[in-house]
Amino acid sequence: MSLFVNGAQVPAPTDPRVSLLDHLREGLHLTGTKKGCNQGACGACTVLVDGERILSCLALAVQFDGRQITTIEGLASEEGLHPLQAAFIEHDGFQCGYCTPGQICSAIGMAAEAQRGVPSHVTDDLGGTITLTREEIQERMSGNLCRCGAHNGIVEAIQAVLVEGVPA
Amino acid sequence: MSVFDAAKQAAQGLVQGVVQGAMEKLVPLAPDSWIPGGVPDPLIARKHGLIGKPVSRLDGVHKVSGTAAFAAEYRFDGMVYAALVYSTIPKGRIAAIDSAQAEAAPGVVLVMTHHNAPRLNPMPMFGSSPSAVGATDLPIMQDGVIHWNGQPVVCVLAETQEQADHAASLVHVTFDETPAVTSLAEAQANGVEQGQFMGAPLLDEVGDAEAAFAAAPHRVDQTYRTPRHNHNPIEPHAATLAWIGDRLVIHDASQMVTQQAQNMAQIFGLDPEQVHLTSPYVGGGFGSKGLWNHQVIGAAAAKLAGRPVRIALSREGVYRVVGGRAITQQRVAIGAKADGTFDALIHTGLSTMPPHGTMPEPFILGSQAMYGADTMLLKVEVGRMDTLANTFMRAPGEAVGTFALESAIDELADSLGIDPVELRIRNEPEKDPIKGTPFSSRHIVEAWRTGADRFGWADRPETPGSRRDGEWHVGMGCAMGTYPYYRMPGAEARITLTREGDTVRAKVEIAAAEMGMGTATTTAIVAAERLGLPLEQVDIAYGDSAIPGAIMAGGSQQTAAIGAAVIAAHNALVEELLKLAGNDSPLSGASADEVGSEAGGLARLDNPDAKETYVSILARAQRGDLSVTKAGSAPLETMHWSMHSYSALFCEVRVNAVTGEVRVSRFLGSFDCGRILNPKTALSQFRGGIIMGLGMALMEETQLDERNGRIANASMAEYHLPVHLDVPEIDVIWTDIPDPHAPMGAHGIGEIGITGVAAAVANAIYNATGKRIRDLPITLDKLL
Ligand code: FES
Ligand code: FES
Repeated sequence: MSLFVNGAQVPAPTDPRVSLLDHLREGLHLTGTKKGCNQGACGACTVLVDGERILSCLALAVQFDGRQITTIEGLASEEGLHPLQAAFIEHDGFQCGYCTPGQICSAIGMAAEAQRGVPSHVTDDLGGTITLTREEIQERMSGNLCRCGAHNGIVEAIQAVLVEGVPA
Repeated sequence: MSVFDAAKQAAQGLVQGVVQGAMEKLVPLAPDSWIPGGVPDPLIARKHGLIGKPVSRLDGVHKVSGTAAFAAEYRFDGMVYAALVYSTIPKGRIAAIDSAQAEAAPGVVLVMTHHNAPRLNPMPMFGSSPSAVGATDLPIMQDGVIHWNGQPVVCVLAETQEQADHAASLVHVTFDETPAVTSLAEAQANGVEQGQFMGAPLLDEVGDAEAAFAAAPHRVDQTYRTPRHNHNPIEPHAATLAWIGDRLVIHDASQMVTQQAQNMAQIFGLDPEQVHLTSPYVGGGFGSKGLWNHQVIGAAAAKLAGRPVRIALSREGVYRVVGGRAITQQRVAIGAKADGTFDALIHTGLSTMPPHGTMPEPFILGSQAMYGADTMLLKVEVGRMDTLANTFMRAPGEAVGTFALESAIDELADSLGIDPVELRIRNEPEKDPIKGTPFSSRHIVEAWRTGADRFGWADRPETPGSRRDGEWHVGMGCAMGTYPYYRMPGAEARITLTREGDTVRAKVEIAAAEMGMGTATTTAIVAAERLGLPLEQVDIAYGDSAIPGAIMAGGSQQTAAIGAAVIAAHNALVEELLKLAGNDSPLSGASADEVGSEAGGLARLDNPDAKETYVSILARAQRGDLSVTKAGSAPLETMHWSMHSYSALFCEVRVNAVTGEVRVSRFLGSFDCGRILNPKTALSQFRGGIIMGLGMALMEETQLDERNGRIANASMAEYHLPVHLDVPEIDVIWTDIPDPHAPMGAHGIGEIGITGVAAAVANAIYNATGKRIRDLPITLDKLL
């Protein structure tokens, strides 16, 4: 079995009960992915699997043989922060920062969903192209809780990068 | 703390322009002219510096990169994982614990119960000493007595979390139950007592309010209810800890770092120096990140097993172990003349706490300073229930108290036919309504006027229920908030100047906590400004019990406490520098109050050309560094003046006529909180408070099963928080008028945001629908 995290092959857990979240945090010491509820309710544990956002607390690590997992630690490049990471700083899209890795990974996954034309609850034209309006972003990000109340800054940061295409 | 180095570099680009602008216009800054009651902090007069410019968080890079380490993310070699078993009864005794299966389970290292737990001293209970921060002093796993449903009774340690969780599920505990008080009605029937808060009764009387109320020509008299709430920071409470020799090292999530270290020392019979507690990042606290059972159990189990321990509470565990806000039932009665001025203001009612608790929800605190009334009666009574100890939650008292008071004011305005903004302005007090002291800085009328203008308040439908947009009722409401300015004693600051070639770095160490309020960034801004250094030459360290002094991130007072300590340390630093400067310096002969900091050095106030840089002074004295530590002055200012933060809040809601669904479509907070130090992080503080207030208004409720005292919705799926789609763009403005009697001219902003919000929403719902809901949260069933 082989797992790939942020491009590198990593060991799989020996205990099949280990969630992907716990494997990242405790097995691989990649603690950027957060645990807020461990039951699929908060979104803090969001990571990307082959570009799709998933809740890693609800996934067993052993399910991901051969899949490419991207965590918050894998977003920055040689050139520096991912544009969304920079935009979160610029727009103050967080306070405590605990929900932040999940928000950022979720936003990246959301952008891909919108690009593929996946409609949401607030989409009017189910067959058309998706424009990430403020309301679309709010609806699609509603699975990522933020108790500090950084919602406005988060949406602004996402709009700045994904809609206006202006890296901060 | 060197974690900031990388962040500093990133932030440098953003602030450099600001810094240069500031350096050009510098005037010397006298270090010690701010005294409580004396001359205003000279930083207030600085108009061109960093203060008031938006600066991005210095720790931002770590938070967006996943490199900020939270409590459950530290590791020790040989560390084991803890899982807890909780009581399923509210009161009684443990009859038997069968742990044989658990002990035999794979990976299990220890099963700890009251039979084998080390003997511990009780937790120092809040109020019993200046540093005591325990919510109760109940024994922790010392006997088999059960005090609340959810009390931890067994701790399992295992090599992995999975093994610990599994083994915990194999422990069988049986109980002998005794009758418990688990409903509000029972608690009331058993008799209530006068509530005490911070050692004083929650009782204020001015004249005979009941008589004046009875005689008043216009009256409202209503009862309002607020439920229990939980803080629900997204980071669950956790500690990673180890006994190293006779020292206990704890990586905790704490908003009271030094106090918790001292309390742990007391519990384990250690000297304070034997406990080292760090908490550089805290994933939200809101009053909850304090000392609870889990840290004590974790440390006890670590001691017994001889292994380092990670004890990370599950989300359900947080509800079982960490107390929230108590339920309230409040009466507000206002007697008024025809012009709306108050003859009588009565705000009384009931809250609950356990027999082992210390804190009645002090819902009258806001009412103490809001309005002038000829007579007043404010009183909190408390009934006792067998539950987990409730505690401070964001704006304890004010958050729920203003729901009642500000709803009642709206009811009065409605019955008198007076605009609710106008009614409030007519009842502005001239001095503190209870203490009689003058206000230090109160510009709430200005906040009302500018807020009303910007929000378009004039467009409010005059008749409730009169505006429709399709199937939506539309309405507007307003409310006011106040939150006291506090400054707790005990804060110290250590400033260290270090020579690095021909430049100097300053390190400012404060025993503060940063939960995302922006404290680290704001402290760096203020320290840089005070020392006359660019921001990138200032490092801030905090969140570590090894730093001198004790500061609490509570009561919205941390910034003031730090500010005053830094003022004191700066004064001491100037004195030391002048001693080092000696007779060869252009500053020769000057006393500390004749010089100020400017452009990386000191200059004479009366002759700014007579100056010398820090580097030059240190170099001539052949010193590589210079360090001073000083405590802030006694907080005398609150004795002389009535000091508060103020808010005027405006809300627009849409209520669906078919489903009863409420959408908050617009919200404006107009604040008067002294000078705003960093608009970027301040905006987030205000918005964050307001959003928590929206949750309180519309969805938040900790549901206690009154049959057995167990929290029924102990999960984030069933305790509803505002999500992205619930949160409109929140507009925030502020007067930015400095308080001449506060360090930096600033008031606290952490708790004023939530204060009054629930009433603004409820009043808007009334305006939209004509329905007055006096029972939070305003869920759709109440509107059908
Ligand atoms: S930790 Fe996975 S959704 Fe909350
Ligand atoms: S930033 Fe604290 S929970 Fe979102």
